[in-house]
Amino acid sequence: MDKQDVPQDVGLAGRMREVTYAVNAQGRYEAVPSYGWAPKTVALEQAWERILQRLEAVRAQVAAGELSPLAWHMERHQMNPGLLAGYVGLSRWRVRRHLKARVFRRLKPALRARYAAVFGIAPEALGRVPEDPGLVFLANRE
Amino acid sequence: MEIAFQHRQSAHCESGVAANLLSHHGVGLSEALAFGIGAGLFFAYLPFIRLNQLPLTTYRIATGGILRRVTRRLGVGLRMVCYRRPARAMADLDARLAQGLPVGCQTGGYWLPYFPPAYRFHFNMHNLVVYGRDGDDYLVSDPIFETPVRCARADLERARFSRGALAPRGRMYFVERTPSAPDLRKAVVDGIREVCRIMTRTPVCLIGVRGIRLLASRLEGWPARLGAERTRLHLGQLIRMQEEIGTGGGGFRFMYAAFLQEAAGVLEKPALLGFAERMTAVGDQWRLFAAAGARNCKGRATAADDFPAMAARLRHCADLEEGLFRELEAAVAADSRALRARGQGAGTRPAG
Repeated sequence: MDKQDVPQDVGLAGRMREVTYAVNAQGRYEAVPSYGWAPKTVALEQAWERILQRLEAVRAQVAAGELSPLAWHMERHQMNPGLLAGYVGLSRWRVRRHLKARVFRRLKPALRARYAAVFGIAPEALGRVPEDPGLVFLANRE
Repeated sequence: MEIAFQHRQSAHCESGVAANLLSHHGVGLSEALAFGIGAGLFFAYLPFIRLNQLPLTTYRIATGGILRRVTRRLGVGLRMVCYRRPARAMADLDARLAQGLPVGCQTGGYWLPYFPPAYRFHFNMHNLVVYGRDGDDYLVSDPIFETPVRCARADLERARFSRGALAPRGRMYFVERTPSAPDLRKAVVDGIREVCRIMTRTPVCLIGVRGIRLLASRLEGWPARLGAERTRLHLGQLIRMQEEIGTGGGGFRFMYAAFLQEAAGVLEKPALLGFAERMTAVGDQWRLFAAAGARNCKGRATAADDFPAMAARLRHCADLEEGLFRELEAAVAADSRALRARGQGAGTRPAG
């Protein structure tokens, strides 16, 4: 790739530029900063689209009383029961149980606090599903 | 407290940390040189390992490998430590900083607050250098960022003890010994030979140029086997592995071309410049493949972007890389023999 061909397309990374290796006019390689490349952004957007879709599906299940709000927070942080179990220091099957709305309602405050600490939220917030997942990305050069 | 540490932005975190850390200790290296000596270039299609429930494709060797090989080949003593208790890990980090040593840390990118939100995924192999502390903030040289950043103590601790696959367990490393006269020529030749060997002669069909060909034939079957939506996801993941953060473009191929250019200077071997140009051409082919893939993801594919055409482009990449690495191996074989003879001759060969 030639230096003048290094793409500077709008990406999702805000004002951050990443290094791309490209050949300058003298035929030597240089590390050239790049704002983004459209095909790469397409792939990244697609990954987020999928995460947001899953999040909305879980929200509906929580509203229907099938899953606990914990399931939404887990999904919001791109975790599965295994990973969350590692962070909260419980066994996987206990985390799976806590994803049930019925079990979660009777969950002890101490355990709620441990979950909340993993997500960096207040223990009271754990029992609610916020309207806005708080996943906003800045397109660059805004 | 702040150590005078030169931050240089890099494409890839591991090669960047290796180059910056070693340069700090007087073994001056560019990122590309560290990547080449560390034999970072690779290809593997590993459909049985799932990332976000999609097959893993990798364009670089297993994490940690670059750092390990660079330090071994240059004779740098790197001490690597893991921890069970976070408090101990942070105390040790402080102690090393107090000794004036910049410390490399393996972290989980998800928990680093300075990451752009769109890049925050659970990824446990992110390397950075801590070079100072200002109250509750650590001064961090994260090689993929343009300038040094700050990270609060609690956030760094959490990132160092992220969970999941390949959890870092507080892993940190620092340079203990540096060689008086590192043998750069031998390191470069050994790095080149290792990449040539892995890419062309690994007896496993998932790895090297055979892996690229396997991916080509699997990719051709995706639309029939997976349906439109899953195919889109598989393609997207493939493009991300190839182009997203840390590859320097074209699945590390451009960075490797930059390395070959530098290697030509180190070995005083202008023939390597021709190989660098060919490597660039391979990188360009990979870029075209990614662009076609993205058009498919977007539903904007033209007739030239169909799956047989994309598979053909992958096979073309495989052919180019196979020819390149076979000839490259032959080109450095003589240097390798000469360096080996010189190394042995130093002590064992009788005079006369």
